[in-house]
Formats: sequence, C-alpha cells, structure tokens
Amino acid sequence: MHKLKLLLAGTAAALALSGPAAHAERGTDGDLKILFWQAVSTMNPYLSGGTKEVLASSIVIEPLARTDEKGELVPWLVTEIPTLENGGVAKDLLSMTWKLKPDVKWSDGTDFTAEDVIFTWKYCTAPDGGCAQAAQYEGVKNVEAIDPHTVKITFEEPKPYPYSAFVGPQSPIIQAAQFKDCVGAKAPGCTAANFGPIGTGSFVVKDFKPNDVITFAANPNYRDAAKPAFASITLKGGGDAASAARAVLETGEYDYAWNAQVEPEVLQTMMAAGKGRLEISFGTQTERINLNWTNPDPALGDKRSTTEAGPHPALKDPAVRRALSLAIDRDIIVEAGYGQSGKPTCNIVPAPEAVASTKNDSWCLKQDIEGANKLLDDAGWVKGGDGIRAKDGVKLSFLYSTSTNSVRQATQELVKAMWAEIGVDAELRNASASVFFGGDPASPDTFQKFYADVLMYTNNFDGTDPEKYLAEWLCDKMPGPKNGWQGQNIPRYCNPAYDKLVGELSKTADLEKRAELSKQLNDMLTEEGAHIPLVHRGDQSSFAVTLEGVRMNSWDSQVWNIADWSRKK
Amino acid sequence: MTDATMTTAPPAVASTPTRSALSDMWHQFRAHKGGVAGLVVFTFIVLAVYVGPLIHTVAPNKLDIRAKNQWPSLAHPFGTDNLGKDMLAQVLAGGRISLAVGITAMLLALFLGTLVGVLSGYFRRLDGPLMRLTDLFLALPLLPLLLVIILLFRDSLRAAFGPETGIFILIVFVIGITSWMHTARIVRGDVLAVKSQEFVLAAKSSGMMEYRIVLRHILPNVLSSIMVSATLGIASAIITESSLSFLGLGFPSDFPTWGRLLFDGANFMTLTPSRVLWPGLAISLTVLSVNYMGDAIRDALDPRAVKR
Repeated sequence: MHKLKLLLAGTAAALALSGPAAHAERGTDGDLKILFWQAVSTMNPYLSGGTKEVLASSIVIEPLARTDEKGELVPWLVTEIPTLENGGVAKDLLSMTWKLKPDVKWSDGTDFTAEDVIFTWKYCTAPDGGCAQAAQYEGVKNVEAIDPHTVKITFEEPKPYPYSAFVGPQSPIIQAAQFKDCVGAKAPGCTAANFGPIGTGSFVVKDFKPNDVITFAANPNYRDAAKPAFASITLKGGGDAASAARAVLETGEYDYAWNAQVEPEVLQTMMAAGKGRLEISFGTQTERINLNWTNPDPALGDKRSTTEAGPHPALKDPAVRRALSLAIDRDIIVEAGYGQSGKPTCNIVPAPEAVASTKNDSWCLKQDIEGANKLLDDAGWVKGGDGIRAKDGVKLSFLYSTSTNSVRQATQELVKAMWAEIGVDAELRNASASVFFGGDPASPDTFQKFYADVLMYTNNFDGTDPEKYLAEWLCDKMPGPKNGWQGQNIPRYCNPAYDKLVGELSKTADLEKRAELSKQLNDMLTEEGAHIPLVHRGDQSSFAVTLEGVRMNSWDSQVWNIADWSRKK
Repeated sequence: MTDATMTTAPPAVASTPTRSALSDMWHQFRAHKGGVAGLVVFTFIVLAVYVGPLIHTVAPNKLDIRAKNQWPSLAHPFGTDNLGKDMLAQVLAGGRISLAVGITAMLLALFLGTLVGVLSGYFRRLDGPLMRLTDLFLALPLLPLLLVIILLFRDSLRAAFGPETGIFILIVFVIGITSWMHTARIVRGDVLAVKSQEFVLAAKSSGMMEYRIVLRHILPNVLSSIMVSATLGIASAIITESSLSFLGLGFPSDFPTWGRLLFDGANFMTLTPSRVLWPGLAISLTVLSVNYMGDAIRDALDPRAVKR
C-alpha cells in the first residue's frame, strides 16, 4: 500500500526535488521549531503585505506556480507553466490558460477547482477590500473557468510578462467555500478564516495566537502521501535578530530562524557552538542611499521634500551626486556589516544575471577619493575653515537618515567617515523600523516623507522581472501630500527620457530586448545619481544542522519547499 | 552675617556654637562610610571623563576598520568595537554626555518638583489643583509623550541650536518635565508635616513673610528628602536617555552615551566583553555612588540626627 502511494506521489513534481527516500513517511520527524523575530499577526497575506505574514501563510496556502531557488518558474498546483511555445499564453499576449492538477485536495478533504482560483481573484479585487496584494492582479480583466481544472486569465492590454497573478507567495489560492462571506469590507472581520485559512499546503493551522505562537499540524489530505516529514510546526514570534540567530546557532532551541541580520563576526562566534548553519541566497535586495532631489528644508513647512519645494540646493549638482558615490568604499561596508551575505553593487537591479548591468562597475565599485575631490573642486565647491565644502552659501552638510538597526548605524558611521574625506559632513539620524517603514502619513520620520537629505534602506522586487520595479522611478510615482505619501519614487527623480523608456519596456515581449531595456534603465538611475546603490544583500537565515532538505530561496518564500524538510537521523 | 546664605540650616544647628554648620555637616557626612566611598568614586568618574581625554588622546569617533573587535591592549586599554573605534575614548566621551544629561535633567526635575511640592503643601488653596496636575502627569504614558514632544520640536530646535545642542536641550527638558512628580509628592508630604510644627507657628506669629518662612524654615527641613530624590533622579535620567537613544530619538547614533554604548555592545558580549563591561560598570558605579552620597547627605542634613 505504501509503495503504491509512493508511486502515485511520484507524479507530483515536487518529489523530484525531495530529500532522502529513507524519510519518506508523513509525520515521522516530530516537531519543527521555527522562530520569527517579528511576530505574525495574520495568516491571510491579502490583508497584510508584511514579509512575515506572507512567509507564515505560505506554509498553508499555495500559489499556482512558484519560483525556485535558481529563479526559474516551477508548476506547483498546475501541470505546466503556460508559455507562448506550449500555447498556454495567447499569441496576442491578451490571455493565458492554467491547467490545474486534477488530484489536489483542500485540507478539509474537498476538491481544489478552478472556482477557488476565480474566487481568489474576486476576493483581492473586490471594492473596499483593502487587498494588500492588489498589484499582483493589476491589468487582469477577467478570470474564468473553462472546465473545473482549467483557468483562463484575460488581460486588459497585452502583458509581455504575465506571471504575476496566482504566482508566488503573495498571491496564493484561498478556498472559496471558506471565504465566500468575507469579500470586500467584510474581509478583516472574518477572524476565524484569516487566522486559520484552509489550504492545499503540507500543513494546516492548529492554533493561532496573533503576534505570538502558531502551531501547525501535518495536512492529512496533502497531495503527496509521504510528506511532510514533520508531524507539526511551532512558529514562535518576537525578539530580535541576534537572539533569534542565537537560539538556532548557539543554543539549538529552534530549527529555523528567519532573517539573521546580525554582524558577521557575531554570527561566527554563535556558529562556533556547532548547532546550526547559515544559508544565504541572493535575490534582488539592494541597500541604497537615496539622494533627495527636492528641498527638505524644514522652513518650507508642508512643501518640504515635494516638487513644489524646488530642487535640492546642493544635490541638484550632478558633480556632488557623483562625488558622494565615488567616495564610498563598498568593500569595507560589506566587510563590516554583511560578510558573506552581501556583495558590493552599483545596480538597483542586481539580479537575476540576465538583467544585471555591469556598465558602471568600472568607475563606481572602486573608491576614488582623489577623483571625488577633483570633481567637487572643479564644480566650485570650496573647503571652508571647518573642512566642509561650500558654494554660494550652501554647505555640503547632509542629514542622513535610516531605520534603527545596528548594521545600518555602522554603515552610516562608515559612510560619514568616507564623506568626511571629501569635505562632506553628515548628521546621522535613525528612526525605529516600525515608524520608518510604517507608512503613517502623520509621521515625519517615514521613508516616504524623506524629510532628510539622504536616506538609506533596502528594497527589492518580487519574482525575476524588474518591469514593475523600474516603473517606481516614474515622475508620477513620487510620494507627496496629494497621494497620501504613497508611491515608491523616493528620491523624487524625474526624467522624461526615463519615463519614455519604461513605456517601451512595458510594450516589449522579447525577453532579450526586455533585459536590454532594463539594463539601460538601471544604468540611467545609477549614472544620474537618483541613488547610490551600496550592497547587493542576500537573504540569510539560520538552520539547525539536523535539518535537511532546505533550499534557501530569495525569489519565493523561504519555506516554499517545507514539505521536503526533514530531520537527519 | 556675611555667611547668611550658607547657614540655611534649621535652628537646631545654631545650638552647637563650637562648630560651624558646614563643618558639622561634613562631620556627619564622614560618619557615613558608604557616602564617603560614593563621593570618592563619583569624583573619580567625573575627573576621569573630563580630564581623561587629555591623557588618552584618541578621538572617540575615529574609525579604523582594520583594528576592529580588539581585546584590551596598550594602544586601546578598553579594546575596540566592531568599527575599530577606541572603547576607552568612547566611554569617556559618553560619560561627559551621560553625566551632563543626568545632572541637568535631575536639577530641572528637582526644581519643578520642589516648587510644586512646596506650593501645594504650604498653600491650601493650591494643593488641590497642583496635586491633580501631578496626578495627570503621573497618569500620562511617558514614552509616547516623549516621542510626540521630540517629533514636534526636534526640527525647530535643531535649526536654532544645531543638531547636538538642540537635542541636548530637548532631551534634558523632556526628561526633566516628565520626572518631577515623585519629588513633588514627597516634598508636599514633608511640607505638610513640617508646617504644623511650633517653630513655623512661632515664625508666623512673629510676622515673618510667607516666602521667608518657606525659604528659611520649611525648605531646610525637607531638604533631606529632596536630596534622596535628586540622587535617584540622576540614575533614572541616565537610563531614560539610553532608552531614547535606543529608539533612535536621542542623540545621533555616532554620538556615544553610556546607554547607547551598552546597547550597541550587547550583541558583541561574547566576542569582546569589554564593550558592555565598561559602560555598564560606569552606569552602575555612578548610580550607586550617587545613591550612597544622597544617603549620607540626608543623614548630614537631618536636624534630628545633628542633635544626637
């Protein structure tokens, strides 16, 4: 019987990637202990865009397709990835067809059908729903069922890269039967469903304590009878990055702790205990210093840091922007704060390889104090008695803001010391991450407000296609009072030529041409100094040495293949 | 009567003609061994942070990434941090700021607390409103209040006084106005007890002005409790400052204070223990020595103790 089940399970694509066959029995490896140093507040990723919620929910609910650790799409709840070649994507790029796997069941035993997929789209696009992942469904005109296991998506206009809706941990399929009364404004009120969604994943929620502990049990109806190897999961939230890493690497109390953003030497001392290991994967995260193109002078009141405030008195000079980048020694920043989990970069799109530009590496990756000094001398910025350069009464003295995090504060100090060598002064400021990234329009300390001259943080894009990400630097994406400080064009960069090129990218279907355009856009941002890219950051998590089957993935959820995880015997 | 300002002691002191009030207090103070030890340690810390940088001339903010995470050596007696900054220089520089913040904020809180306490204890009509105000302040959630004050006034003060002085004024002010309430309550209670005593009645009946009664008779008698809350105030001000720095609302991050050094060093405890040892020791010793000194000063100022 077992053998038969195993054979059946073999049809699942996931098995091809599975761990040793010796463990191929469900629930034999006991409890998996996970530690998130930011606690999980809901299991419904459509109601919270936070990474921790997306990660935790991906244990239970799954998308149609995922991206593996190499950045390639893998079919998950479907039989194959629709492409132009196999006819899954229409020639006119206006529609695509997904073929669902026939044997998938929800954890309550009911069948997984096209109706659930359609419902998910309706759920997230319902008016007043406040769906956090609405961007995933942008441009989708209609989702319909051709038969119970075939879904057709129609787009409003040709979509050269259609793998956004129902792909990746941000847009998993939820069960229509469970959420049918939770559409629109009623969505946040459905506590039972939001805290314990019924899924197709390898585990089901057993108990959910918001902002504290979640316990999961193996899904009895999971499509692969031999998986998952663990019988249950305990996911504990809270603490800080260092203590989370310590609980895995040094004391061995937990099996997996997410995001070990701690100084490399501290991690080294923790690993000396031999209880855990670090896994690093590189996605698209870039730590960058945004330069404010508008004037953030507090005297301007509500107009500060908007286009009405006029250009920045010092940073409007391209020579200053270039010199600030030249003065930075990225290798030292990586060594001090990131170690193995960072690489110096000059690109805002550092990966995947096909779209990563190397054009500016020659001048930008190497520190050049002399060149920077010369550039500023030639531009007429003269050193005063205090060693700080000035021109026409404008001093090169910048307010340098970021979020509170020991690695960021160390980077701030290093950059400040480097800038001091070219006669540029920096005043350091940091705001608690929950405020800085909180997006509260009333707070002056959010990164969108940018009430500072330069601002440092990390951002990335989901999946492997940078089109949406590069569109963030369009003129009309500037945050400001008119749009409630939404919008991701943090530097307030505005260049009609850039906007035009983005428009061209959105109409191009040919992958090579797309990569070419993406590189051009990326280079434009670096060359013009919208920001100073510093470090290509990897995701770094700690795992117990006894944990097997982990395939650290930056393109998808880190627990994307949790069904394959097992305990070394 | 040229030394009139010095002899603000209660009448009891005047009855011992052989010694001046000041030397009498010193005598009392010396009898308290812990107080003397506290005085020695505190003087040493103050001297160290102000004179130390003249001897140990490394700049506290000098980065030397090649010499990071070093254990104590001759060049770096306290070792270095993860950016290669000299820990001794940092602890000394941090001490100057922490002590200045602690003492100034304490003085402000003491002044406010004593004022409110004496007024509400001595004048019946003011008692109700002032004590309700004290209750109001006690009921306010302090941290959110601090955050709001800092957010509102940070930019204007920064523009007026520059980033460092501006933040210093703001932090001292913020800590001062949020920590006077306990002093006010204690002082009020003491004033209520003292003002019903005969010598105050005698002063009143002799036609003394109210403000002179308060200054000459009431204040000296409640000084002991003021002193105790003063010593506790320094400690809590140093600790409040470090929690503000931790939230990113205190001084800029490259501005060392003891609290910040301790916080930053916590992750590196196993790698370079001196990073937490010295700032932690400095905070503990300061707080402890100031507490002992306060204890001894209270004994020395207590009129009843002098009589014995």
